[in-house]
Amino acid sequence: MSNETEQLQNYIFRVRRYDPARDDEPYFEDFTVPCGPGMVVLDGLWYIKEHLDPTLAWRSSCRMGVCGSCGMLLNGKPHLACHTQVRELTKEILMVAPLPNFDIVRDLVPDLAPMLEKHLKLNTRIIREDVEEVLEPTDQYWQDPDDLTAYLQFAYCIKCGCCMAACPTLATDDIYSGPMPLTQGYRYLIDTRDGAFKERKKILSSEIGPWRCHYAGECSAVCPKGVDPARAIQLMKRELVWDYIRLGKRRHQKPVGLLPKERRATERREGIAEAPEFTIDGAVSPAEQP
Amino acid sequence: MPEIKQYPNKLGLKGWVVGGKWGPERYLYTLHRVTGLGILLYFVMHIFVTASRAISQEMWERAMAGVTGTIFLVGEYLVFVAFAFHALNGIRLALIELGVLTGPAEQPIYPYKSSLNVQRPFMVVMMILVLVVVLAGGWDFFIAAGH
Ligand code: HEM
Ligand code: SF4
Ligand code: SF4
Ligand code: FES
Repeated sequence: MSNETEQLQNYIFRVRRYDPARDDEPYFEDFTVPCGPGMVVLDGLWYIKEHLDPTLAWRSSCRMGVCGSCGMLLNGKPHLACHTQVRELTKEILMVAPLPNFDIVRDLVPDLAPMLEKHLKLNTRIIREDVEEVLEPTDQYWQDPDDLTAYLQFAYCIKCGCCMAACPTLATDDIYSGPMPLTQGYRYLIDTRDGAFKERKKILSSEIGPWRCHYAGECSAVCPKGVDPARAIQLMKRELVWDYIRLGKRRHQKPVGLLPKERRATERREGIAEAPEFTIDGAVSPAEQP
Repeated sequence: MPEIKQYPNKLGLKGWVVGGKWGPERYLYTLHRVTGLGILLYFVMHIFVTASRAISQEMWERAMAGVTGTIFLVGEYLVFVAFAFHALNGIRLALIELGVLTGPAEQPIYPYKSSLNVQRPFMVVMMILVLVVVLAGGWDFFIAAGH
């Protein structure tokens, strides 16, 4: 026990405060927070709320870097509060402020709604023409590992908004969709199960599309999940340019349930576990397909 | 429902300077913008000055006399520097934006490497090239030309 208290050390949390009912301007307030090894910024904020000032407001939920609620500006750089150790960032003073490029609702709570509205505008879901198949599936949508790799990295996004706070283009440009929405736009654009390339292209060629990104790369420098939005946006530009020069060539959704014949295993190798039962009635395994 | 007051926190133009500062690419981004606009400004002035030749020889000589002297020599050199940077960095940007220098999507494994790491060696080569061109130009402008 004494060993534990010895390891505690006081840090100053310089927190940006703003109460819309009371304040005209945000201001900084200092709190002294004892922190031990391994303590994350979120723990410090809870300490303040429990011991020093119950009115401090922020957003958090999962406290393990999964929900994307706790993005904040820590010593000037966007981070997740639950994913960043205090001692990693500072020896003495830690500046805690809400993510810039978003309006402040209160204290450390940014208004993420505009980002999510832009996200919706980019049709971030799989869209297919065969509506009957979507409603009454007869089989699985087959994808090979390469199909998966093409979008998986971008699917790890937790919509925390750190990238949006770091993007210098967004700092002056309200219309630009920003790294998070565009990355998700690319994640569906490149998904082989998606069949809406034509409609997506129309939206992405407009002013909300990727062309306002000039590769400052800051979004990728701060993303806590290694999503690399800057890469997704450039690859999206490549898709659009490619489509533009190869006039007439159109992307098509893969037909459901059809794995190319040459890829199907004809004989089962020794020692491989049985696949689980299909969860869809009437589904046929690739080996049994015509 | 009463209107909820929120405090606007967009960084604005300040964001070009202070928003995000964790990689050299971010400064090149700002520099590319500034040099692009600088060259554009020079281009407009250039059109006005050279257009005087279409009016008369005398106007041309008057216009040219207005743009000589040390300030304009240094100014012209700055335009040259801006152009050298803008053109070479522009080649890098074009290759990145066509997805050539970003690398394909990969599994994010901590510590994360991103497309920034993929293009960085090329960025360094381009910036060394800029330096060489700028120095060679400086020699030509100020020493070889005998001003
Ligand atoms: C060899 C010559 C040049 C090359 C290779 C080049 C390349 C580029 C590229 C690739 C971009 C897009 C950058 C991006 O998307 O981030 C760009 C932007 C721009 N360029 Fe150039 N450029 C050249 C010459 C010029 C000239 C002569 C002018 C002016 C008359 C100019 C003015 C601009 C401007 C104003 C921008 C916009 C900057 C921004 O929005 O960030 N460029 N250039
Ligand atoms: S791309 Fe990264 S930084 Fe941006 S919202 Fe997703 S997880 Fe957060
Ligand atoms: S790469 Fe594009 S989206 Fe990312 S910070 Fe730079 S301008 Fe913004
Ligand atoms: S609390 Fe969920 S990401 Fe930090």
